[in-house]
Amino acid sequence: MNAQARPQIAGTTLFDGQQAMKGYALNRMCYSFNEADNRKSFVADEDAYCARYGLNQAQRNAIRHRNVLELMAAGGNIYYLAKFAGIFGLSVQDLGAQQTGMTVEQFKAKLVQAGK
Amino acid sequence: MAQVIGYVGTSHIPAIGGAIARNLQQDPYWKPFFDGFPAARQWLSLSKPDVVVVFYNDHGLNFFLDKMPTFAVGAANEYANADEGWGLPNFGTYHGYPELSWHIIEQLVTDEFDPMTCQEMKVDHAFTIPLKLLWPEGTAGIRTIPIAINTVQHPLPSARRCYKLGQSVGRALASWPEKQNVLVLGTGGLSHQLDGQRAGFINKSFDLMCLDKLVGHPEQLTGYSGAQLAEIAGTQGVELLNWIAARGALDGQVREVHRNYHIPISNTASALLVLENRPQ
Repeated sequence: MNAQARPQIAGTTLFDGQQAMKGYALNRMCYSFNEADNRKSFVADEDAYCARYGLNQAQRNAIRHRNVLELMAAGGNIYYLAKFAGIFGLSVQDLGAQQTGMTVEQFKAKLVQAGK
Repeated sequence: MAQVIGYVGTSHIPAIGGAIARNLQQDPYWKPFFDGFPAARQWLSLSKPDVVVVFYNDHGLNFFLDKMPTFAVGAANEYANADEGWGLPNFGTYHGYPELSWHIIEQLVTDEFDPMTCQEMKVDHAFTIPLKLLWPEGTAGIRTIPIAINTVQHPLPSARRCYKLGQSVGRALASWPEKQNVLVLGTGGLSHQLDGQRAGFINKSFDLMCLDKLVGHPEQLTGYSGAQLAEIAGTQGVELLNWIAARGALDGQVREVHRNYHIPISNTASALLVLENRPQ
């Protein structure tokens, strides 16, 4: 199945070659957060750290806004973005709540409901 | 020859690692998940695997988008866990079995698979958490072979391709001259989605159907493309590919030993399936 034949999934952007090209600098920066020293450097001087990885303006803004949907629109992949979120101690429920416009409690209740 | 004694499919949700570190197994949130494992450990204590072949996906510890293999086989003496960036406990180091890894690689390439081969390979939570769940006291006497499948970047391999990969691994094990017991382990899933406005998507009826089919009719799960699986099981539910690949390695009479299914753990429908494989 080629990219054009992939299903369009509501509320979902499949991370494919297009996204991988668009988001490379952003994802590369987030991948660097595997290292504790790099997480510290980011926190110490966010502008300098983003500049070092060559983020474009949309990626830089999305990082500044801590906004997952913006980050994905800028090519971010959730597995690398999770390392960015980890710097702020955010869980995947926090990220889910932000993306769906729910409170964290509402998002957790939605997950529980899925099991009924 | 090596004997594939069975199969375990289990979720590998990162938060499980945190729950283990904080001893939350009896906590009301976690208990329905952890209660699935004593029966699996009981079966393992009787079947005594010497080797575990782990089909899993790397989430950006060993592989980045600079070089992203569709299939990668570890061929190292040992595999170390490392910092993934969000505070999981480090589960340490696992014994490898490079001689058997190369035997598997030979078979895979003969069967027209072209895996990346890794003499150095870090293993992330998708590898470490399932082993910790199955062997809480550690895997000291057990040798491991990691087989990583790309579930990060589309195009993903199809379910059929992954199943055939597992079948090829099964052929390799059948021709391995050492008399050893091998467990195949598929990790991840089941349905879940972390990203997008559809975050929190779970598909219980699909998961339950998959658990049924994995027991006796795995070939009926092989018609899905990676993108179709993302639609039906969620963008991270595609980790079902690891379960399907591992199931391909069973070629005997397959009997269900145990299963558990619970929603939610973190954002995920958690599952455990234990199958016994007896020679035909």
